[in-house]
Amino acid sequence: MPDQLEHLPRLTHLLPCREAQIKTLLLLLGEPEHYSYPSIFIYGHRASGKSHVTLTLLKELKMPHVVVNCVECVSLGLLFEHVLLSLFGSSHTSLPRGPSLSDFVRLYRQLCSEDPAKQTRYIVLDHAELLRDMSANLLPGFLRLQELVEDNVTVIFLSEIVWDKFRPNTGCFEPLLLHFPDYSKVELQQILAQDSCPSYSPELYSSYISILLGVFYSVCRDLRELRHLAALNFPKFCEPLEKGEAKESDAHKLWRNIEPHLKKAMQTVYLREVSSVQWEEQQQKEEKEVGELRGLSAYTHVELPYYSKFLLIAAYLASYNPARTDRRFFLKNHGRIKKTNFLKKHEKTSNHLLGPKPFPLDRLLAIFYSVVDSRVAPTASIFSQISSLVTLQLLTQVGHDDQLDSPKYKCAVSLGFVRAIASDDLHQHALRWTADHRTLHLRHHPVGSHPTSCCLWVRCGPRAAVWEPVCVQRRGIPRQPPALDQPQLCVDCAPAWHWLR
Amino acid sequence: SGLNHYAISLQEDLNKKMLDGLLEFVKKSAASFWCRDDDWMSRMRASEIPTAALVLGVNMPDHTITFESMTELLHDSLTPFVASVQAKECTAMKQLMQKVLQRLMGTNVMVDEDEAEADLGFHTRDCPQKRVNCSLSALCDWYQSATKKSPVKSPRKRLSSSQSEFLQSPPVVVIFRDLEAFSPQVLQDFILVCSQYVHQLPLVFIFGIATSPSTIQRMLPHSVSSLLCIELFQSLSCTQHLATIIDKLFLTSKFHFKFSAKVLQVLVGIFLYHDFSVCNFIKGLQLSLLEHFHSQPLSVLCCHKQEALVHAQQLNDRDVERIQQLPSFMRYVEEQVPEEQVQLLTSSEHVKGVCQKLLKSLHKYHKNFYPALRCLHVLTSILPKYPLGKQIRELYVLCLEKKVWETQEYDSAMQLIRMLAKDELVTCLQKCVEILTFCKSKKLKKYTLYASTIKCINHLHHPYSSFNYSFQTLLEMKECRRTRRKTPYEILRNAVVDYIDNLVKTHLYPPESQPLYEVWYYSSSGTVRRHLNATPRTSIQTALSHPYCYLQNDSGIISSAAPDICIIYKLHLECGRLINLYDWLEAYATVATAAEGKDPSAIEGGKVDELKHARFIRAVSELEFLGFVKSTKQKTDHVARLTWGGC
Repeated sequence: MPDQLEHLPRLTHLLPCREAQIKTLLLLLGEPEHYSYPSIFIYGHRASGKSHVTLTLLKELKMPHVVVNCVECVSLGLLFEHVLLSLFGSSHTSLPRGPSLSDFVRLYRQLCSEDPAKQTRYIVLDHAELLRDMSANLLPGFLRLQELVEDNVTVIFLSEIVWDKFRPNTGCFEPLLLHFPDYSKVELQQILAQDSCPSYSPELYSSYISILLGVFYSVCRDLRELRHLAALNFPKFCEPLEKGEAKESDAHKLWRNIEPHLKKAMQTVYLREVSSVQWEEQQQKEEKEVGELRGLSAYTHVELPYYSKFLLIAAYLASYNPARTDRRFFLKNHGRIKKTNFLKKHEKTSNHLLGPKPFPLDRLLAIFYSVVDSRVAPTASIFSQISSLVTLQLLTQVGHDDQLDSPKYKCAVSLGFVRAIASDDLHQHALRWTADHRTLHLRHHPVGSHPTSCCLWVRCGPRAAVWEPVCVQRRGIPRQPPALDQPQLCVDCAPAWHWLR
Repeated sequence: SGLNHYAISLQEDLNKKMLDGLLEFVKKSAASFWCRDDDWMSRMRASEIPTAALVLGVNMPDHTITFESMTELLHDSLTPFVASVQAKECTAMKQLMQKVLQRLMGTNVMVDEDEAEADLGFHTRDCPQKRVNCSLSALCDWYQSATKKSPVKSPRKRLSSSQSEFLQSPPVVVIFRDLEAFSPQVLQDFILVCSQYVHQLPLVFIFGIATSPSTIQRMLPHSVSSLLCIELFQSLSCTQHLATIIDKLFLTSKFHFKFSAKVLQVLVGIFLYHDFSVCNFIKGLQLSLLEHFHSQPLSVLCCHKQEALVHAQQLNDRDVERIQQLPSFMRYVEEQVPEEQVQLLTSSEHVKGVCQKLLKSLHKYHKNFYPALRCLHVLTSILPKYPLGKQIRELYVLCLEKKVWETQEYDSAMQLIRMLAKDELVTCLQKCVEILTFCKSKKLKKYTLYASTIKCINHLHHPYSSFNYSFQTLLEMKECRRTRRKTPYEILRNAVVDYIDNLVKTHLYPPESQPLYEVWYYSSSGTVRRHLNATPRTSIQTALSHPYCYLQNDSGIISSAAPDICIIYKLHLECGRLINLYDWLEAYATVATAAEGKDPSAIEGGKVDELKHARFIRAVSELEFLGFVKSTKQKTDHVARLTWGGC
C-alpha cells in the first residue's frame, strides 16, 4: 500500500460514499514533494461532493492551495490577484491594469523564484465553465501552467459540465478527467442519516429520512436541497411524538402523519413557491387557521392599460398568423380565396407549435388599428407603450440593426396569457382572428361562424351542433350560450382545448 | 397651492402599508441572521438569502417614488447600507458588482480594465488609497470594519443625537428596481456569488416586479431560486390608487380648483388607456393648475371664501369687465329683472357686490354637491350592471356634464332602487347617513335632510323588527304584494326613493348652471390633451403640409414661399412606393422656379441649375432624416417611401 493512502480511512470517514474518488485523487496527488500531474478536471452534477471532497482533502493533507470561485471573478485581474495573494501572501503584487495571462505568468515566476515550491501547490478553479467566456487563452494557459511557470503547481478544475464542451482547440493539453457520479438512493440515505437530531434517536431519524427519500427521490437528488427539506419538515414528523400520540416505534402512524405533508411540500416549498420561513410559520399554526398559502405562480394575472392589451393581442396575432392571411382577416372586402388551398401545406401544422415569428412595427400597428374598436390617434404614448411592453418582457425586440427605420418584434407571451388578458373585458373579440387552420375551417361553417364569439366558441361550434360546447358539458360547468353583444371566453376549458387540437 | 403638496403626500401614504410590511420583513430577516445560533435546525437548513418580491404593477414611472421613499425609510430606521440598482446600468456582472459596491461603500470601486483607465488620472489624485477591489470579499471586509465602529451612524442623521437606533449589525439591502429588465444570466451569477457570503454578510434582496411574481421563476432556474427565501408583497392596484386620488382631491369642497368633465375625462383616459401612472395623472393636474391660474385672470377668486370675498372687493375695472363677459354671468344677468340688468351692466360696484354673493353661493353649492353625489353613488353602485357607473368618478363625470336626472340611466337606476330588498337598502341608507354626518359643517337645511333620513331608517327598522316574528308573516307579506296592496315597507321605500330623487334634483345641478363657475373650473381639455398626449407624427405632417401653422408669419419677415422640404414632401405624396429621384428633382425645379415668379418652361434644355440641385439634395436628406424616405437597393436612382397614403 503506497504511503499516500495512509490517510484513506480517516478521509473516508469524513467523506462517506466517496471512497473510490478519494482514492483516485490521493494517488494522483502523490507525495507532496513530487511533481504532480499539471491539470485535473473533475466533473459531476450539482451537490455530488466535488468541491467538498477536493477541499477537505487539501485541507486535511495540509497542502498549499488556493480556491477561486470563477463566478466571483468579474475580471481577470481579480482572479490573478487572488491566486497570487493566497499562494505567496505577498502584499506587493504589482499586476498592471487589465492584466493578461502573460503578466500573470511573469509575476508568478518572479515570486516563485523568491519562494520556490517545497510541496506541490494547488489552484482549484470552481465553476470552471466560466473560464471559457473570459479570455481565449486563459483555459489553455491554466491547463499548462506547470510548464509555463516551471514550478510544482497543479490546477484542479471543478465543473458541472463535461470536458467535451470545454476543449478549446487542437493541441491543448488534455487534463486528467475524474467523474463524480450522483449519489445513489442508498448513499443519500446513509449521508443524510448521519446528521440526526440530538434530541431523538438516530434510528428514528434514519426512518424519517427513508420516508423523505421515498417522496422526494423521484424529483430531487440534490443532497443540499434534501438536507434542507429534511430539516424543514422534521418538526412536523415529530409532532405526534411531542404530543404523546405515538411512540418512536409506531412507524406506520408516523408515516401516515407525514406523508401528505411531504407531498404538499414537494409542490410548494421545494419549488420555492412558498418560502421556507412562510412554510415553517404555517406549520406552527393550527390546521384550521391556516388560509391556503398561495404560491408565487398563483399570481399570474397582469393588469395592463387598455391599449397595451390591444397592442399585446395584436402582437400575438402578428406573431402567430402568417402575414399572408392578414388581408383576409382584417380587411372588409378581401378577395375570395378558395378555402381548400388557402393555407399552404407547411402552414397546416399548428402555428402554436412553431413558436412566435418576428414581425415589423408597421404590421403590428396595422393589426392594432383594425383590432381596436375605436379610432385611436397615433400618439406618442402608443409608441411608448410598445417599448414599455418590451421592458416588461412581454414583447421582445429582435435584430439590433435598423432600429430606427423598422424595428422588429416578437410576442413573448403564451396563448393562455393573451386569453386571460382578453377575458378581462371585451377584448376577446379581437382574438377571433387566430389563424389556426381548424379555426379557419370552422369559421366557414354556418353554425360556427358567430360574428362576435371568441375563437373557442367557434371551435366548439360544429362539434356540438348548437351553442352547447362539448368541453363545457364534459366539465359540467353550466354556461349560457354567448349573447350577441356579450361574447364570453370560456377560460377554464383547457383540456377541451387540447382535445380539439 | 396646497393641492399639489397634498397630492404628493397622499401618494406616499398609499404605499405606506406595503412599505411597513417590507420594513418588518427586513428587520425580521436581519434579526434572524444574528440569532442564527448553533441549534440543530439552523445548522441543517440551507442558508437562503431573504428576498422580498415587490409587485408594483406595470406603471413604471410611479416606481421611482415608491423606491425613493422605501430607500429613505430603510435609511432612516433600519440600516445605512442600502444599494438600489437599475437594469440599464447593469448589463454585465461586472457593472452590477461595481454599482452595488459603490453605492454601499460610497467610494469609487476599481474594476480595472478599460473604463477605469479613463478616469485613472483624476481619481488617483483624489483618493488613491480608497480604491477597492470589485469583489464581495472586499465588501465583507469593509462591512466588518464599518460595523466594528459601533454604533453605526446613519449618514443622514449624523447630527442628530439618536445614534444607537440601528441594530448592532444592520442588514445590507440590495434593491433591484426592475427585475424584468435584468439579464437573467447576470442576476443568476450575482445571486450565486452572494449566496457564498451569506454567512458573513446579512444580505437582503428586494426585487421590484412590474408584471407578476412568476417572472422570478421564469428568470431563475431552480438551482438559483433555491438560494432565495422569497416573500411576496403586493402594492395597491393602480386603479384603486387613482380612485383614492380623485376621491381626496376632487370630491371635496376643501380644494376649489376643479376640472370640467372633458378635462377629467382626458386625464382619466390617459391613465386607463395608456399608462396606469398616477404620477403622470398628478403631472396633468399640475399642468392644468398652472394653465388655469395663468390663463384665467379671474382665478384670483379661486381660493378660500374669506380671501375670495376680499379679492372680489378689490377687483379692478378690467376684471369687472371680464366678469361681465363670462358666459355664466351673462346667463345670470338675463334671468334678472330689467332694472337689475341695467345695474349689473353699468355699475361696477354693484357687480362686485353681486359677485360676492355669487361666490358665497358657489361655495355653498359645492358643500352640498359632494355629499349628495356620494349618497347617490352609494345607492347606485350596488345595482346590477351599474347603470350609473361602478366607480364614483364615472358618476361624477356624468353629473358634471349634464343634469343627471334627465338621463335614461338615472331613471332605470331609480327603478332598480325601488326594487331593492330591505337589508340592502338599510345598509345603503346607513352609509348615506354616515356620509352626511361626516360633513358636519352643514347648514340647518342639511340637518333636516340628515334627520329625515334617520327617520326613514328608524321607520324601516321599526316594522322590520315586527316582521321578524315569524316566517308566517313574511309569507303573508308576499300574499299582500300579490293582491297589489302595498306593504308598509314598500311605502317607506318609495318615500325614501322620492326623497333621494329630490336630493339629487336640488343639489346635483351641473356646475355650468352656477354663475361664475369659470373661476373654479378648468375646461380647456384640448390644451391638456395636446400637452400630455402628444402626436409627433401628426405635428410633423402638419408642419410639412401647412408650414404657416408653425411659422406664424405675422410680421412678414419670413419669405412667404414654402420651404424646400415642404415642396419636396408634397411632391413625394403623389408617388408610389418607389420614387425616381430624377423625376422628383425635375418636379421640384419646376415648382421652385414658378415660386420665384419665373416661367417654369424657361429651364433651358432640361438643365437644373446647381443651386436648386443642392437645395433639392438637402431637402431630400432632411426628409430621410425625418423617416419619410430611405435609400433602397432595389432600383438605381430610387428611394423608398416609408409612409402610406397620398394627398
